[in-house]
Amino acid sequence: MLRSWSRAVPILACASLAHAGTPIGDDGARHLLARTGFSPTAAEIAVYAPLDRPAAVARALGTGRTTTLIQAPAALTDASPIRPPREGASVEERKAFAQEQIRAGIAMRGWWLAEMIATDAPLVERMTLFWHNHFVSSQQKVRVAKLMYRQNVTLREHALGDFRALLHAASKDAAMLVYLDGVRNRRGAPNENFAREVMELFTLGEGHYTEDDVKEAARAFSGWSLDRESGTFVFRRALHDAGEKTVLGRTGRFDGDAVLDLLLERPQTAEHIVAKLWREFVSPDPEAAAVRHIAADFRRSGYRITVALAHLLESDAFWSPDQRGALVKSPVELVVGTLRSLEVVPDDATPFAFAAAGMGQNLFSPPNVKGWRGGDAWIDASSLLARKQFVETLARYEEARPGMRATVAGADAMGVRPARALLAPQPTIAIDLDDDARARQTRIARALDRAFRELGFSATRWLGSLPGDTPAAKRRSAQAILLPLPPAGSGATFVPDADALAFVRATLLDPVYQLK
Amino acid sequence: MNRRDVVKAGAAALAFGTLGRGASVAFAGVAEGAAYRNLLVLVELKGGNDGLNTLVPIDDPGYARLRPKLAIARDQSIRLSDRAALHPSLAALLPLWGRRELAILQGVGYPEPNLSHFRSIEIWETASRSDQLLADGWLARAFARRPVPESFAADGVVVGGNELGPLAGGGTRTIALANPEQFLRRAKLAAPSGERRNAALAHILKTEGDIVQAAAHLDGNHPFTTTFPTSPFGNAVKTAARVVANEAGVAVVHLSLGSFDTHANQAATHARLLEDLARGLAALEAAMREIGRWDRTLVVTYAEFGRRPKENLSGGTDHGTASVQFALGGRVAGGLYGAAPSLDRVGDGNLAHAIDFRQVYATVLDGWWTGDSRAVLGARYETLPILRA
Repeated sequence: MLRSWSRAVPILACASLAHAGTPIGDDGARHLLARTGFSPTAAEIAVYAPLDRPAAVARALGTGRTTTLIQAPAALTDASPIRPPREGASVEERKAFAQEQIRAGIAMRGWWLAEMIATDAPLVERMTLFWHNHFVSSQQKVRVAKLMYRQNVTLREHALGDFRALLHAASKDAAMLVYLDGVRNRRGAPNENFAREVMELFTLGEGHYTEDDVKEAARAFSGWSLDRESGTFVFRRALHDAGEKTVLGRTGRFDGDAVLDLLLERPQTAEHIVAKLWREFVSPDPEAAAVRHIAADFRRSGYRITVALAHLLESDAFWSPDQRGALVKSPVELVVGTLRSLEVVPDDATPFAFAAAGMGQNLFSPPNVKGWRGGDAWIDASSLLARKQFVETLARYEEARPGMRATVAGADAMGVRPARALLAPQPTIAIDLDDDARARQTRIARALDRAFRELGFSATRWLGSLPGDTPAAKRRSAQAILLPLPPAGSGATFVPDADALAFVRATLLDPVYQLK
Repeated sequence: MNRRDVVKAGAAALAFGTLGRGASVAFAGVAEGAAYRNLLVLVELKGGNDGLNTLVPIDDPGYARLRPKLAIARDQSIRLSDRAALHPSLAALLPLWGRRELAILQGVGYPEPNLSHFRSIEIWETASRSDQLLADGWLARAFARRPVPESFAADGVVVGGNELGPLAGGGTRTIALANPEQFLRRAKLAAPSGERRNAALAHILKTEGDIVQAAAHLDGNHPFTTTFPTSPFGNAVKTAARVVANEAGVAVVHLSLGSFDTHANQAATHARLLEDLARGLAALEAAMREIGRWDRTLVVTYAEFGRRPKENLSGGTDHGTASVQFALGGRVAGGLYGAAPSLDRVGDGNLAHAIDFRQVYATVLDGWWTGDSRAVLGARYETLPILRA
């Protein structure tokens, strides 16, 4: 796969050849794993450290996984019809339906977070999350949890596949048709919502289309609809405007698929996607010339996503020492990465999904169609404190309940996760529609507190498991695993004789821990 | 020592515990920034509010024609003048209207409107032209030009959400706040010192410093007798009131409510949102009166755009342009401003604006803060006569 790409791009191939044979080392392995997955463990770093750049990147990209390890809750996967309340349904019926969707939505969040914690292919989950933040839909509007789940399955299936297939699939996805009002777009009564966003956000980017393009494209998408019972895509010919349209200077009797293909013909689409991938994986400031170059190749490859990613991950920009710790972890990365690198696995991940929501990233509910802004915007006064509170609480229980050390929920040996039935458990949080905001917050806080207690994290045991012959060496290993850069805090925070817990806590509370 | 260094020094002193709660840090420049004792409360109507169904041109035959399903019935609307009526869900604003402390600005927008949520809200937040990209928010620019006194707890507080909007950029001290008690409890985890090795780390360290500074001043527990609505917006208003009750002060509080992006089945959603807005604003007025701050409070709403005059076939409205905004406060000269929308020839199109949104900003900068709007906005915009002396 990568070999054929190398032939197509001799210049970059030379650049990567220059690094062939040189191991990326512990530091390089940590960087690659933190950027392409969630914070790594010592064991994961040990696997990648001896590889050279091309081999390490190939290994990270080379997963064949397109489905999850953990089976989703039955409420999301069963084939029973959706049956939203019809017009004229009673208040009770509507409420029961809403309550059921909320319950399923909570289980869904726990399921996805559990998958991220358990997965053997972190990049697949990171890319699924990336596409969730690109082809945005939100349960706030879609409401039916099952539709959000199916969208997630579709995004994962194409996560490292080809962008053309992904764009077509995501555009006909049920959640998308609800979220951007595609189901309401019909001949003679166009709804422009999807037509606008597909150009502005999903493909071309702002400034590369006109208001007329939006109006005309909306006509082409008319007739894309859903079967009410099954919630699957149907094309309703009677509602489709089959007339002539002019989109991006081309005229024809376009349907929706034809318009998507017109969008894919434009170089701006590949550039828009590559720049966004650059911001996700490389640095906050994409280099325009490099983006154009990679985008051209991405397009030539038939929009293979791994081609774009391989370019980015092998680039000198990615490996530049200046880029270590230059990106802010998203809340989900912070939560999942903390659990993964400290090697603790919760029985039920739902409370941790709520923790990420409290830091500004509620899975399946991005704030608007543009998604989470990301980058520095993750950090403001209240989100930073929520992030710090999270790691502080995690490191608190060893101190408060020494007895908990005996009942270990986490791994016994480094890198070995406990064998578990790969079924998402019943969520331990219930949300009632009638709760007021404060009662809800209290309930979530209690569940999270209980979840932390049951993790049974032991700083002493974790530190003891790390590479190093002496306690001081083990602490150096701990910082090298947890932090992308040396701690920013004053040296006084890292007194050598602090106990294991105080040391781990200080490391997790260091500002540098927020970075990847 | 520039202003940023002062913040750092103060933050460092606080970090080492030399200053307890209630202790004040003596900074220069308090008198210079005294204008910021006049509080600005911005309320963002996220998603773009339907102006035509907010202030209804009730007798205009065009209105019923464009809104066969969504038109507000004449007998349900609240008549304000011979031409205009309020949506019935805004009833909680009537006492303010009666006291002539509510200004309703008609047709607020800008030339060559952009119909993208993101681009248009960016235009509003940075006070740019339609074809101009500016990096910093208009308030960030105003505060860079004339700083908020260092003795203030923060330049601005954003309640709920984490979009800094008009306060973004320019190094403002902005605190995003959901729950004051929780903020104060957690603030002890802030660690504001360290080397700024890259832009992301610098941003984190600055935020840690802002937390320490704000926590030293914010008292989250003022006992109000005012009753606040229990909705999330009501809670946000309550938090805002408690932040303002503190003596240290903030210049700006930002609230938001949404989503007003009503492409489908608009009627019920819009009614609920407007009721939430009206009741929240009425509670804010009551709370500010209670602490004697109403005369020094100016509340202004904004949104990226209005909705299309002609309703769509989904029982909703698509993105539009000019819309209605509210300004209220103890020194606001109530009444209708701008011009009623002309619906005669609008067809499938959008409304032209009567008031440029930058005139509203100029009114805040020149009138409310006695500043220099031309320097901040890059051009002279005529102020609106909505403030009494």
